[in-house]
Amino acid sequence: MSPLARYLVINLIQIGFLLVFAPLLQGVLTRIEEIIQGKHGPSIFQPYYDIWKLFGKDEIVSEESSWVFRFAPLIEFAMPIFVVMLIPALTAYPLFFAFAGDMIAVGFLFAASGFFVALAAMDTGNVYGGIGASRTRMVGFLAEPVFMVAFFTLSYVANSTIPYVVNASWAVSWAAMLQPAHLLVIVAFLLLVLADEKRLPVDNPAGKAETAMIGHSKNLEYSGTGAALMKWGGAMKFMTVLIVFLNVIITPWGLAATTHWSDVFFAIPKVLWKMFLFLLVLAVIETTLAKLRLFRISEFLASAFVICLLAMGVRLVGMG
Amino acid sequence: MPTYLAIDGFLAALFVVFSLGVIATRQMLGTLYLFMLNSLALTASAVLIGIALGSPHLFWVAAITFSTKVIAIPLVLRWSAGPQIYERREVEQVLTIPVAVLIAAVLALVAWIVSAPLVHAISDRPFAAINLPTGLVAIFFGAFTVAVRREAIAQLMGILIMESGAFFASISIVNDLSIITEVAAAVDLPVIALVIGLLIRNIHRVTGITRVGLLAELKEHR
Repeated sequence: MSPLARYLVINLIQIGFLLVFAPLLQGVLTRIEEIIQGKHGPSIFQPYYDIWKLFGKDEIVSEESSWVFRFAPLIEFAMPIFVVMLIPALTAYPLFFAFAGDMIAVGFLFAASGFFVALAAMDTGNVYGGIGASRTRMVGFLAEPVFMVAFFTLSYVANSTIPYVVNASWAVSWAAMLQPAHLLVIVAFLLLVLADEKRLPVDNPAGKAETAMIGHSKNLEYSGTGAALMKWGGAMKFMTVLIVFLNVIITPWGLAATTHWSDVFFAIPKVLWKMFLFLLVLAVIETTLAKLRLFRISEFLASAFVICLLAMGVRLVGMG
Repeated sequence: MPTYLAIDGFLAALFVVFSLGVIATRQMLGTLYLFMLNSLALTASAVLIGIALGSPHLFWVAAITFSTKVIAIPLVLRWSAGPQIYERREVEQVLTIPVAVLIAAVLALVAWIVSAPLVHAISDRPFAAINLPTGLVAIFFGAFTVAVRREAIAQLMGILIMESGAFFASISIVNDLSIITEVAAAVDLPVIALVIGLLIRNIHRVTGITRVGLLAELKEHR
């Protein structure tokens, strides 16, 4: 097989990895949280059953809605697939589209999908969808400058915003990993991941009260295939963000260093193992922290902003 | 040595993050936990520098810091101040938290810039380049916490963070401090915490609040 074809196949494997394992992460996270709370909880495969069930159901679409409502699930589902081609999901070396976009492009792609999903939530006229969409935008507006500073800090510390280059700059040695600026960037990104993925303490993903929802009210009006795509797309977005966070920023190891098939396939359990460890941390965070009040979210994100500034300051004064 | 320096830098970053957390956290109990984590980072840094420089004094510093700041002071404060005080979910602030953390960032930059000539002057101490600016940042953060928080316990955390900052800086400069000094500090701090804790409990019993900033407005009965 020619190197070009091999790269293409590895890219497809990355997409397959995302499609197959994204619902599993949701299932594992839910199960861990239920166990911590002393409950038995559903099977870790429950998200697969849910998606399968939803694909088999009829779809009901409000007559009041426009094309945006039908289009949003498609873009929610497709964007993570585009993004996973830009980031080091399984390989430490750049693939086909590695230099087609950097982490800012990743943020832009997710922002584009978030924009359509917010429009779709308001499109049906459901009051809870509108409230959720406006709250999601509020958190988005607050997180936007923090993301910008975080990316700037990252590019300043790692000398690039291309995920593969950032990954390589951390993985070079333990000394590079333990730089104070790197730790501060990790902490700031963790706060951003929690805010962006609407996890606790920003939003309660297990919450059932529509009036308190932020990001999870966007799916309320969907049924059948639309709901399945939204659910699967949401799970893939979560997994993609984890890939960026874990493979690029925190633990840039365990990825395939060569194009041998065995190396690439062996990277899958290693990356999943890293994700499982992070899910344990996330489950502890989510079961120990209470949801913030809406207008306290700015404080949460202000802390992330300042930690990014500290990371830049540490680098500026030559401490790391 | 480069590995030790790298790990110390990592611990210094944790120390700063936990100090910042004391400014940014609203919950009283959360503030206390962050102080414990902050002290744990100080302990780890002392152990690390002790190993790197072969200084047994620093192991004593680490042991004393751990036993007083991670264990004794939180226990004493929880016992002496009483449970009602920790049931308060939110600590009152003079400034809003976003403003406070932004000012904290500026203070950190000032601390780093101010400490640069000092670090240059003691360039023969390898860990001073990390610990001295970080310690100064914590001193500034602690002073700022005292100024910005209205609750007595949170203000006490600020004072203790200042003390931890001074320790964090000093262990990298004077790593053969006499043990008697360490023991004196170790005995002093829990006693201070106990006295202030009891005082806070009494203030809470008489006034129903611990917002000591408001006490300036009290008038004597005529």
